[in-house]
Amino acid sequence: MSEAVFKVLHAGPHVSVQDGGRRGLMRFGVPASGAMDRNALEVANAALGNDPAAPAIEVSAGGLALECLEGRATFAVVGGGFDVALDEVHGGAWRIGTIRAGQRLAIRPGHWGSWTYLAFAGHLASTRWLNSAATHGRSGFGGGRLVPGGRVILEEARWREDLVGDIPCPVSARPRGEMRIVLGPQDRFFEPEAIRALLSQPFALTDSYDRMGVRLAGPPLRVNAALDMPSEPILRGSIQVSGEGIATVLLADHQTTGGYPKIATIIAEDLDGFVQLRARNTVTFRAISPAMAVEIARTRQRAHQRYMEAVMMAHALPGFHAREVLWRSDFKN
Amino acid sequence: MRHEFPRFRAVAGHALLAEFGDRIGDEAHASVVDLDRRLSDHPFEGFVEAVPAYVSLLVEFDPLVADHASAEASIRALIGERMPATLPGAAHEVEVCYEADVAPDLAEVAKRLDMSPEAVVRAHLAGDYRVSMYGFAPGYAYMAGVPEAIRLPRKPGPVHGVPAGSVLIAGPQCLVSTLLMPTGWWIIGRSPTRILTGASERPFLFNIGDRVVFRRIERARLDTALRPG
Repeated sequence: MSEAVFKVLHAGPHVSVQDGGRRGLMRFGVPASGAMDRNALEVANAALGNDPAAPAIEVSAGGLALECLEGRATFAVVGGGFDVALDEVHGGAWRIGTIRAGQRLAIRPGHWGSWTYLAFAGHLASTRWLNSAATHGRSGFGGGRLVPGGRVILEEARWREDLVGDIPCPVSARPRGEMRIVLGPQDRFFEPEAIRALLSQPFALTDSYDRMGVRLAGPPLRVNAALDMPSEPILRGSIQVSGEGIATVLLADHQTTGGYPKIATIIAEDLDGFVQLRARNTVTFRAISPAMAVEIARTRQRAHQRYMEAVMMAHALPGFHAREVLWRSDFKN
Repeated sequence: MRHEFPRFRAVAGHALLAEFGDRIGDEAHASVVDLDRRLSDHPFEGFVEAVPAYVSLLVEFDPLVADHASAEASIRALIGERMPATLPGAAHEVEVCYEADVAPDLAEVAKRLDMSPEAVVRAHLAGDYRVSMYGFAPGYAYMAGVPEAIRLPRKPGPVHGVPAGSVLIAGPQCLVSTLLMPTGWWIIGRSPTRILTGASERPFLFNIGDRVVFRRIERARLDTALRPG
């Protein structure tokens, strides 16, 4: 089988190998990690015929530049409005391209988005920890961060020139200005004004943003009880509030338990869009019932499935026209 | 009859928090451990994973298969009317070296408690420790059971670059760190016992509810144990 070898020319902070995540280990203090934008990772892989949860390279706003040293490969870049340059030819993310020895691929932030995914048709060689290549940022366990001078090895590289082209960006991939939340589980510790502020005032993302979470700037959310609650479990999307009333949204590498109250939780379906926001972007929060959150999960899953089937079918039926037809019929969800 | 607990709280569209108390206590934690075991033995349809904490258990479910009401009904049926069984839990021995250069806070802890460092060590060794929950970072097992005599509130601010294997105490809790991390807890020793075992069939040394006994080792033993290979 053919192999492709790349040299890392540049890698910003938080550029790492990620996959669908390691599930079922939160009880041992291990968050799922995996892609910040899980949908984008799945699309990048599926478009190339890989397992949707396969390891790929998560590129932060710090950007990534690779040089292909040996072999050749088909790649997809999916997520955010990133700029993708193959040698001197610039294009955007949401596309499939090819790269061969001697060529350089540079990925930089573009008009929108904080994370994009570089997947290759084939098997990205990566270290696994607890059955997953997802990099846990704090420990570095898993596939690991990419560093300048390092190598990226693609095994069983598949060459699929016929796939080259655009992948439609679904509406749901773009960040929305409003995030849907379910209040709690510790909203009882807050003053009524804090709940009102959360539901009526805009909050801005700050620069304090990494894979563990993002701190928000907004009105202080005052806690009405002494902060001595026992540590409680945390989920991705938990909005945790510190003693000073500052909210942090916990993300892929979140701690699994914590002693600060969680005023609300962003629903899972809005998180892929949320992580694509940037510092100083603002959001508002709208409370929905738990039952509504379940309903949204089910509706979104049906739309996601239709979209993923179209992506995979486009892979199975290459050729520009066949794909065009599929996108037009199935993509509007 | 007391029906205040368990109390159920919805978390987003895919989880339920089952609460067994408002304050840390043995009874609430026993209920958490008991429900955790029952769920592991008899997972309901759509069950994804459970995360035990001091007084609550987070139960994540697949919203395509279950919802908050069905998950709550399944959990209530599992708990039934039976009192939580207090299963003994496995016992583990964790080695710890208390010599000054690997126990940078031992002298300060002793001073604050008006005890000798040796008395602090003896008190720490005498504790009856139980793994209450994991959190903060992979393998960070929070153990309850630090004796009253050596309980101190945590430091006002964290200290950075604390090596893995540090034995830390704060209030009634003790833990052995697994990564190079900042901590505001008191560093009273160093352990070569690996909680992240590196073994694929049992990657974490403790299960929730397990008992832990600390055994004192000399510096030479620590050095040998920490030597690679």
